[in-house]
Amino acid sequence: MNALTKHATRTAVLVTGLRKAYGAKVVIDDVDLEIGEGEVFALLGPNGAGKTTIVRILSTLIPADAGTAMVMSYDLRGEAGAVRGVIGVTGQFSAVDDLLTGEENLDLMGRLLHLRATERRARTTELLERFDLVEAARQTPATYSGGMKRRLDLAMTLMGRPRLIFLDEPTTGLDPRSRQTMWQIIRELVREDVTILLTTQYLEEADHLADRIAVLDHGRIVAEGTPEELKRRIPGAHMRLRFADAASLAEAARALPEGTRDDEELVLRVPNEGGIRSLRDVLARLGDDVVVEDLSIHTPDLDDVFFAVTGNASREKS
Amino acid sequence: MSALTIAAQDCATMLAREIKHSLRLARLLMVSAILVPVVMLLLFDYILGGTIGRGLGAAARGAPYVDFLVPGIIMMAVAGGCGPTAINVTVDMTGGFIDRIRTMAVTRGALLAGHVGGNVLRTLVATAAVTGMALLVGFRPKASVADWFAVVGIVAAFSFALAWLSAAIGLIAKSVAGANGSTLPLAFLLPFLSSTLVPVDSMPAGVRWFAANQPFTAVVDSLRALLTGAPIGNSAYLAVAWCAAIALAGYLWSQAAFRRGTR
Repeated sequence: MNALTKHATRTAVLVTGLRKAYGAKVVIDDVDLEIGEGEVFALLGPNGAGKTTIVRILSTLIPADAGTAMVMSYDLRGEAGAVRGVIGVTGQFSAVDDLLTGEENLDLMGRLLHLRATERRARTTELLERFDLVEAARQTPATYSGGMKRRLDLAMTLMGRPRLIFLDEPTTGLDPRSRQTMWQIIRELVREDVTILLTTQYLEEADHLADRIAVLDHGRIVAEGTPEELKRRIPGAHMRLRFADAASLAEAARALPEGTRDDEELVLRVPNEGGIRSLRDVLARLGDDVVVEDLSIHTPDLDDVFFAVTGNASREKS
Repeated sequence: MSALTIAAQDCATMLAREIKHSLRLARLLMVSAILVPVVMLLLFDYILGGTIGRGLGAAARGAPYVDFLVPGIIMMAVAGGCGPTAINVTVDMTGGFIDRIRTMAVTRGALLAGHVGGNVLRTLVATAAVTGMALLVGFRPKASVADWFAVVGIVAAFSFALAWLSAAIGLIAKSVAGANGSTLPLAFLLPFLSSTLVPVDSMPAGVRWFAANQPFTAVVDSLRALLTGAPIGNSAYLAVAWCAAIALAGYLWSQAAFRRGTR
């Protein structure tokens, strides 16, 4: 048996029939999950879909109302202490100690994990270097940027070498560059054989990082699969052409029969793989006589995923 | 390592953290912990003390008002520690630090024990400073060495008790301002409605019963008896019993709130 198949047979998280309600409001409704060891699993959904609630339940912060969950082969309900020994959690808001320096924050984690002094120091140095915090090590997080705070938070989580890491919206609120850095860090984690449960609102992020994605809507999993499988269910990229009058629209629709007409908005949506070649092809077929008022290229996003899997958009389209 | 060693180690780690926090915020804490009681001391001694002192009658036992006042001011310095502890706990709660700890295999209660321990240490420093100031303005204690030890013991026990209560208040507060506001009755209202500044006999009948039987009066009366040689009666036993009861209630309340977390 090779390492890969052995890998696939072990389960990091096994959840069946998970439920959570606050009063009459059901936040998690009969959720099943199975995450293999070493896998990056993304929970994708809009705000209020229940992503954070699932993370909070699986990381022992709040009890579920019903259902069973095994985390790293420990029973979440009966063996919460053992679960806490193998997980690491980085939440939406950086849970760092603002009065301690970066170095002291890591040292504090090391002490709480009962690491020996030599290992504590070695691990602190290693993590500061790895997360590019060496220069800021002696400063308090008050002087840090949002990205640095998030990196320190994640470094604190990694201090104890957790085997399962929960990353709750790890890049929400970060600027594009910090987001790239964070993605890089997460990809490196994967190589160390840890299992990651990631929540995100961004399809792009799940696509970049995850082996498998579960789409969550109103507390239910509405679709699950690899990024490729999900994207196949989403209507492809298209070009949106807007015209000044109905006559132009009609003429364009004749030239491009694969398009979908919207007579009210005077819009024609034409499937398009997104390349320059196909764009040029469409414009060439349209000819010079039809006046296009506006042209935009549309790539699939979370709305499209939701539209495809639930039949209604997750939020108001702008 | 046994569970007990680990628990002790976790508490020590959290206490060290709280001490570090206090040192970083030393200037701010000095205002609330030392400056406020000292200002109260000077205000009541120099400005209001003349009239109050003349009205004390037998309660003054022939000594100036400052001797009656200082045990009360010491108790107010203890009560003044409630705000910072509640605020520190709320900051940990709202900042996500408590959630982080709750997902780790850290001894439950260690974090709050650190906050409570920090409160007791800060209070001992603050009350020592306030007592030093009191000696400068003419306070003349008649306490023996044993009495002083008993005073330190009551100060530590009362601050321990109020700190557990403050920790619980900090855990359920939604914001730092809310945490601070919720401790004001402990830090100001209850001291005024006790024998802190004047004997309870001088109060209106309705308030008098409450003032005579509430914990702050028992604590102040026992401190006053130990420091000035006033008759101690059963106030020391009462003070110790109140401390134990408040500590237990605060402990149970805060443990429940800690387990519940932020939800």
